[in-house]
Amino acid sequence: MSSRIRPRTGRPVSNDRASRTLPVILSIIVALMLTIAPMPQWAEAFRPDWVALTLIYWALNLPRTWGVGLAWLIGIVLDVMQGTLLAQHALALSFIVYVTVKFHLQLRVFPMSQMAATVFALLAIYRFILFWINGIAGVSAPAVTYWGPVITGAVFWPLVATVLRTVPIRASSRP
Amino acid sequence: MAGSESQHHSPRTPALGLRFLFLFILSVVILIIDHRDNHLDALRRAVSAAIYPLRVIVDAPVSAWHWIDENMTRRHELQLENSRMSAERLLTNARLQRYAALEAENARLRAMLEATTRVTDRVRVAEIMSVSGDPYRHSIVIDKGTNDDVYDGQAMIDADGVVGQVIKAGIMSSQCLLISDPDHTLPVIVNRNGLRTVAFGTGEFDRLDLPFLPNNADIEEGDLLVTSGLGGAFPAGYPVAVVTSVTRIPAEPFAAVSAEPTAALNQVREVMLVWSSSDDETGGTADTPAEPVEPPTTEPAEEAPAEADAEEPPSDTAEPDVEPDPATDGATGE
Repeated sequence: MSSRIRPRTGRPVSNDRASRTLPVILSIIVALMLTIAPMPQWAEAFRPDWVALTLIYWALNLPRTWGVGLAWLIGIVLDVMQGTLLAQHALALSFIVYVTVKFHLQLRVFPMSQMAATVFALLAIYRFILFWINGIAGVSAPAVTYWGPVITGAVFWPLVATVLRTVPIRASSRP
Repeated sequence: MAGSESQHHSPRTPALGLRFLFLFILSVVILIIDHRDNHLDALRRAVSAAIYPLRVIVDAPVSAWHWIDENMTRRHELQLENSRMSAERLLTNARLQRYAALEAENARLRAMLEATTRVTDRVRVAEIMSVSGDPYRHSIVIDKGTNDDVYDGQAMIDADGVVGQVIKAGIMSSQCLLISDPDHTLPVIVNRNGLRTVAFGTGEFDRLDLPFLPNNADIEEGDLLVTSGLGGAFPAGYPVAVVTSVTRIPAEPFAAVSAEPTAALNQVREVMLVWSSSDDETGGTADTPAEPVEPPTTEPAEEAPAEADAEEPPSDTAEPDVEPDPATDGATGE
């Protein structure tokens, strides 16, 4: 019982939360901007799912603060941005974040290459959920290149992880 | 660390599962509601307004580049462009004069046939703010919303033809679907003979499909397709596409016809929103007077200026005239 409470009370709550929350929110906003930034037509099919990558990273490293609820809200924003069915991205994002938070202890000790493979699988699930909802709703979709972002996402994972590691959050929340 | 973490975490795991289950059910409910009808438009609009600054920031580098490009253009280039444009303008004016006379004649003929006259549509320029990140969905976001009387289903054109239509009008920006989107269909007629059909988007910017034309339909390469106005969303008579190929397979019931959109769908930066006259009456957004239907007169040249005057009021909404006044321009040209 006491061991459950200790880590929570050991931390000054409000101040710490704010200093930890702001950089994370900024990183998510940057990811949202990258999602709608203009790109040449040929590269469009390979745009990584930046928001999904960022949320996987934070779910992995701050699993108690950044859970499924936040992922769901970001997903709603993404739905409005992309003009897709409401709650489509929300469902897909909250699912992969749920899986990541659930297994974060195992995933955290993975070396980078293995982690990239896991990210590949997570992104494939993410895309599959979107694809599946599109199919049920009757939105006509697409060719093989639909799965392009899964590959580019896994390729970009080391970069995303390296960049996000420099985001200043409190050392105490790190493993 | 790992030990305390897992101890700390294990009592929360069911809560995590429960939370996800709750969100899952919530998502499914929202998905169904959103798919069925538009009850959630208010929510969509609110979120859309909240992320408007993001769109502006993302668009800023592109806008800045355009601005710099415009400002850095050298003097003699500007002069060249200017002279080229005034030459073009002269040509266009000459055509417009003829057009005005034709329109007047058309109105008279329609009056004789007791058909309803068409009123000139009101247009307004909107800038494209962002293009959909999903390459399989040909949608764009423009910088006009319900504040500028944009409404769902409104038609959008560029200088060469139909571009698409508004699907979700926000407060300051709106989501629009291009005619090349695989989910978009557009009722058209063949300009040459009035043959009615429907043009489907294909997901490619340079191709539309016309799947429902029988093998013996009178259609050939080079035919211009224009909007028929039958779908209700688009005003009639705007060019849509030019037929590029007609393949007739005797074994199939329908011919495979494809067409190339006249509008530069993947190059446009500005589009024009169209308020057709009937929209204005229902929406009450502008007081477009119906064009005066005059009994047939013998001097069409007299009628053109009178009609041009009548068209003046619709463009009074702080709008630079998109269509130059044919009468006055003609006068100064001579």
